[in-house]
Amino acid sequence: MECLIGMVGKDFVLTAADTSAARSITVMKSTEDKSRDLNKHVIMLYSGEPGDTVHFAEYIQRNVRFYEIKNGIELTPKAAATFTRKELATSLRSRHPYAVNLLIAGYDVTALSSQLYWIDYLGSSVNVPFAAHGYGAYYTLSLLDRYHRPDISLDEAKVLVKKCIDELKSRFIINLADFKIKVTDKDGIREIEI
Amino acid sequence: MSILEYNGGAIVAMVGKNCVAIGSDKRFGVQLMTVSTEFPKIFPATDKTFIGLPGLATDIRTLSERFRFKINMYKLSEEREIEPRTLAHLVSSTLYERRFGPYFVEPIIAGLDKDNQPFICGMDLIGCINFAKDFVVAGTTTDSLFGVCESLWEPDLEPEDLFETVSQSLLNAVDRDSLAGWGAVIHVVTPERVITRTLKTRMD
Repeated sequence: MECLIGMVGKDFVLTAADTSAARSITVMKSTEDKSRDLNKHVIMLYSGEPGDTVHFAEYIQRNVRFYEIKNGIELTPKAAATFTRKELATSLRSRHPYAVNLLIAGYDVTALSSQLYWIDYLGSSVNVPFAAHGYGAYYTLSLLDRYHRPDISLDEAKVLVKKCIDELKSRFIINLADFKIKVTDKDGIREIEI
Repeated sequence: MSILEYNGGAIVAMVGKNCVAIGSDKRFGVQLMTVSTEFPKIFPATDKTFIGLPGLATDIRTLSERFRFKINMYKLSEEREIEPRTLAHLVSSTLYERRFGPYFVEPIIAGLDKDNQPFICGMDLIGCINFAKDFVVAGTTTDSLFGVCESLWEPDLEPEDLFETVSQSLLNAVDRDSLAGWGAVIHVVTPERVITRTLKTRMD
């Protein structure tokens, strides 16, 4: 029932996550931020089993931070995604696997490029120009396929993510009240309104 | 549906005259939803050997990393490149270690040995090796691939003809499989060099 969307632009990544925290058929909260900053330039969006999600996200967040303090370097989006994937893949064959789906988005300050990684609870990880998780993916991927370009500008990306959200509002049976939209670029991570 | 068919994908390898070819599609999906079209499933093992890993995407990544580690360790301790036949047994025993909780991949190995003799083999998910003299197929498209390879393959093909045969076999087979396709990569290994080509396919 949750929905995460991400797209890579010219020199930024735009991410959107719905803000509803639901349990069974009840909405418990409608202002939940389903993301954690892994460092200044890398953000992780999460969805899945409640409890597992925040626990896993904070575990990754703190281990990435620990690595950075220990070695004195900032992890690139690729490095963060590779580490996270390994944790999920190991967890999959444990007694109690994490049921968490992720989007890892970020700006690589050394390669000067923006990147987006789609990771599922099995530990499958792919680098993609745009991605979505959850039921929302069935409605939004077609729009992203049609309108996304590798050199899309931030203003165009905002219009496109608005299109995706409007599509969910009109076709998806579940009411996803609101979306938290964030942009990650060379200046860091910031929330924006559309 | 089997977990081996969760992400989709197809791999084929063929023997030619003093050469081998191996090809895969590039789709990565979750059941019928295509997530990425840049997910090749073939990994270089040595200068003249490739491993193809169709199956569950998470295990493809895990195993490609484990094999890279094991091949590098072999090179360091033996001070020579691993032979394709040896590699096949290394892959096989790595899979059989997980006999009762397997990795969901069906590897294919293709390469030239130290005398430049072609070698190909396939394997099931617990490491039972199938040595073949002609061609091996694996992934979600095996049924179509067997049929088309059976009719197109012939002995002693030269590298360029072998490339054409593998390409046409793979392309025509994946067009009949909704879980595979969306681009393809072919490697032809000859004693002199490796020819890698990316193919355009139907994107529907």
